[in-house]
Amino acid sequence: MSEIKETQLTKKDFVSDQAVRWCPGCGDYAILAQAQKQMPTFGRKKEDIVFVSGIGCSSRFPYYMNTYGFHSIHGRAPALATGVKIANPDLSVWVVTGDGDGLSIGGNHFMHALRRNMDLNILMFNNRIYGLTKGQYSPTSEVGKVTKATPYGSIDIPLNPPSLALGAQATFVARTIDRWQKHLAEMMEKSYNHDGGSFVEIYQNCNIFNDGAFEEYTGSEKFDNVIDLKHGEPMLFAKDTKGIKLDGSTAMVVEMEKHSIDDILIHDETNLDLAHIIANWTSNPDLPEPIGVIYCIDKPTYNQDMVDQINFAKEKKGEGSVQDLLNAGDTWTVS
Amino acid sequence: MGKTFKTIDEAVIRFAGDSGDGMQLTGGRFTETTAIVGNDLSTLPDFPAEIRAPAGSLAGVSAFQLKFSSKDIHTPGDKPDVLVAMNPAALKVHQKDLIPGGTMIINTDAFVKKNLNFAGYESNPIEDGSLDDYFTVIPIEMNKMVKAACEGLDLNGKLVLRTKNFFALGVLFYMYDRPLDATENWLKKKFAGKDAIIEANTKAMHAGYNYADTTEIFTTRYKVEKASLPAGTYRNINGNLATSLGLLAASERSGLDIFLGSYPITPASDILHTLSTWKHFGVKTFQAEDEIAGVTSAIGAAYSGNLAVTTTSGPGIALKGEAIGLAIMTELPLVVINVQRGGPSTGLPTKTEQSDLNQALYGRNGEAPMPVIAAATPGDCFYAAYEACRVAITHMTPVMLLTDGYLANGSEPWNIPEVKELDPIEVNFADKLNADGDFLPYMRDEKTLARPWAIPGTPELEHRVGGIETAENTGHVSYDPENHHKMVTLRQEKVERVKNDLPKTEIFGENSGDLLILSWGGTYGACRSAAETLQEQGNKVSHVHIRWISPLPKDLGEILIHFKNILIPEINLGQLLRLIRSEYLVDAKGLNLVRGRPIGAATIVETVKNTLG
Repeated sequence: MSEIKETQLTKKDFVSDQAVRWCPGCGDYAILAQAQKQMPTFGRKKEDIVFVSGIGCSSRFPYYMNTYGFHSIHGRAPALATGVKIANPDLSVWVVTGDGDGLSIGGNHFMHALRRNMDLNILMFNNRIYGLTKGQYSPTSEVGKVTKATPYGSIDIPLNPPSLALGAQATFVARTIDRWQKHLAEMMEKSYNHDGGSFVEIYQNCNIFNDGAFEEYTGSEKFDNVIDLKHGEPMLFAKDTKGIKLDGSTAMVVEMEKHSIDDILIHDETNLDLAHIIANWTSNPDLPEPIGVIYCIDKPTYNQDMVDQINFAKEKKGEGSVQDLLNAGDTWTVS
Repeated sequence: MGKTFKTIDEAVIRFAGDSGDGMQLTGGRFTETTAIVGNDLSTLPDFPAEIRAPAGSLAGVSAFQLKFSSKDIHTPGDKPDVLVAMNPAALKVHQKDLIPGGTMIINTDAFVKKNLNFAGYESNPIEDGSLDDYFTVIPIEMNKMVKAACEGLDLNGKLVLRTKNFFALGVLFYMYDRPLDATENWLKKKFAGKDAIIEANTKAMHAGYNYADTTEIFTTRYKVEKASLPAGTYRNINGNLATSLGLLAASERSGLDIFLGSYPITPASDILHTLSTWKHFGVKTFQAEDEIAGVTSAIGAAYSGNLAVTTTSGPGIALKGEAIGLAIMTELPLVVINVQRGGPSTGLPTKTEQSDLNQALYGRNGEAPMPVIAAATPGDCFYAAYEACRVAITHMTPVMLLTDGYLANGSEPWNIPEVKELDPIEVNFADKLNADGDFLPYMRDEKTLARPWAIPGTPELEHRVGGIETAENTGHVSYDPENHHKMVTLRQEKVERVKNDLPKTEIFGENSGDLLILSWGGTYGACRSAAETLQEQGNKVSHVHIRWISPLPKDLGEILIHFKNILIPEINLGQLLRLIRSEYLVDAKGLNLVRGRPIGAATIVETVKNTLG
């Protein structure tokens, strides 16, 4: 029994010996703390967990986790993590990225990792700004944003990350917020438990270059502005005083005082059409910001399919002999 | 039949036709038969980048050159003795290359007005006498011949006409006294279930053979005796297949599964295709979304403990540069293969060049050294790929392997090695903490300076690596100026120490003399042939071929100073030349021709003679 006790890891086991170097007050601290707290609950050995990141503030994350870790280059984390996972499918592989790293320079890898349903847990810290390069607008910054690179306001139309993920054939799409600690923990757990590529967008406050970007979802009026989706349950928010009703494919907010619960849309995380509709509520002033699991289905994973294909080939052709292969084809002997 | 046999040492033939005429296939069949007959041989496929340029156009001409010999040869030959021209465009493009008095076998049925115009001929060169003074022209109505041969077969006219390349092949088989059975068997396998196609092509080939036998145009047949090659079992092999086999042999000897991250690109794609058929060897091939994902996925697989490889050509290397720097920084074993093609930019995708040497040596930001090895011949791609894997794993470093389009698609007889006799590749994954209870991911092997390879899944060795400068031993992030200088120096020194593994440099010829031909990569064959010719003629000329360009061999400087002249032929504007001049302060000269084709041995001989006066 003593052996079992030894393997029961705690948060402390996942804290590396490196000093954390994010700005004081950064939302990343809360996400790191939650990851370190959640990891032991998954029952995985520390050595079987790998954190891979790209470049940006969030990408320093692996240095602070006492697991295997790889701080790679800008945008490439999903591709590098793909190699880690294919080479050893038994590993639990996590990708930590940001809105610039994941959606701008690394947009291609992000899209294709999800398309392949590569069993990676992608945590994208979205602060809607470039932090490490000191404050330029990002692909999720709102139109009109004034930054060092846009003194007259940004004229770029922002991406909608969950919509992009759904369009890329993702099998797990969720959103959470740095300051919603319990919710954040729950999303990490669901991401871990999903067998396939999972995408969790985390709204994260950059208190230096984009402070208060998510204030309406974390401040005193947060319950009026956020809807926490729960599979199989009616879509209620504002402490159940408001709900969402669907008129055709158009959503509208209704007061529960005047409506029956039967009028309210039921969340079904396996319904792709619904998922697209929900993803479109992002930053819509007339609708609450959706968080929670937007979409989740089971599909074969690339990593498992590759294992199966190799096993199939071995079964069909037998374990190969390299020497026989060298000697294959038309040969002749010189004596 | 009143025909005489003439025994010759060697012959160079070239098949040329429209892209749709099947010239690569025809050349391939002649090559296989010639290999089985036991000649030494060397091939040069030459095809356009367009899949199907307009039929009959100059841009659409595809050619295949083959030299075969009863002696040990090193090149596909400079000028063909026989040119098969299937249409006017093929004749137009290739006639100038034929030796004076050479034989032209021409499909006259393709010399219609439209095709002549397309090729820019104002009058029909077969009829206007413009060729007769210079060449032996053998006009054959091939379309008519194959139609007659295939009469009665259940095949439409278009498909019948497609067999005319086999007619031409039959003619050549007759001329050089080659057996037909290997091609017949190949047809049966290739077109299994399509009996009419098999029969039509077989008939066309026999018709060509018999036509040459019957007609009086061919007065002489040629015999090229078996070459006396070193004992062993041989096969014909091209460079891309040899590279693939070299990787697989390294996988077997290291006990590591191959991971190939790759994005399709000419002329490297065949390595991806070939490795993907070897799943039963545990080979994992990943066709990535782009070149960058190809290399970064391979770096991830290296971190996880696979034999990681990425394959591409020059434009792909340009995209992979930053990631290769990451592999250098994280000191992970990775084999990067560049099958060079004409550049810059898209350049000449299907043509050969040696112009990515500077890119291999210097094409990354920062001080980013890596070992660079180049294959010399198609068969040597096997050993170069194996060696690249061995050094990558033993020295914990990315290694660049340079081949080129000529080596990749060209072929030669290959003495098949015994895999168990290749140099062993030892893999030592770190599996425990140091004696003091710590793990230092950047602690170094005293001899090689390699760091330990600790792969995820190993208990207690959890550690982080990354592209930021790392502190000596601990691998922690470090911005310390002294540490950075030390690490930059260490990474360079680590590459330099690969020298200690290298065998003594072989000198072909005397250790001193009037001129040394120095070569790297695919120009090996032409340089060796030239040196042979020059030595036979009594010149004090030697040849040194270098395999590793980074690091350069220890003894090279000592070799160079014993020659009055040094000539470096390269298919670039002097990339090795500048390196040699700066490294050894010698007045080396270049022979630089960048035409998308191998440099001919005759050109080298001429240049040496001019130099020596």
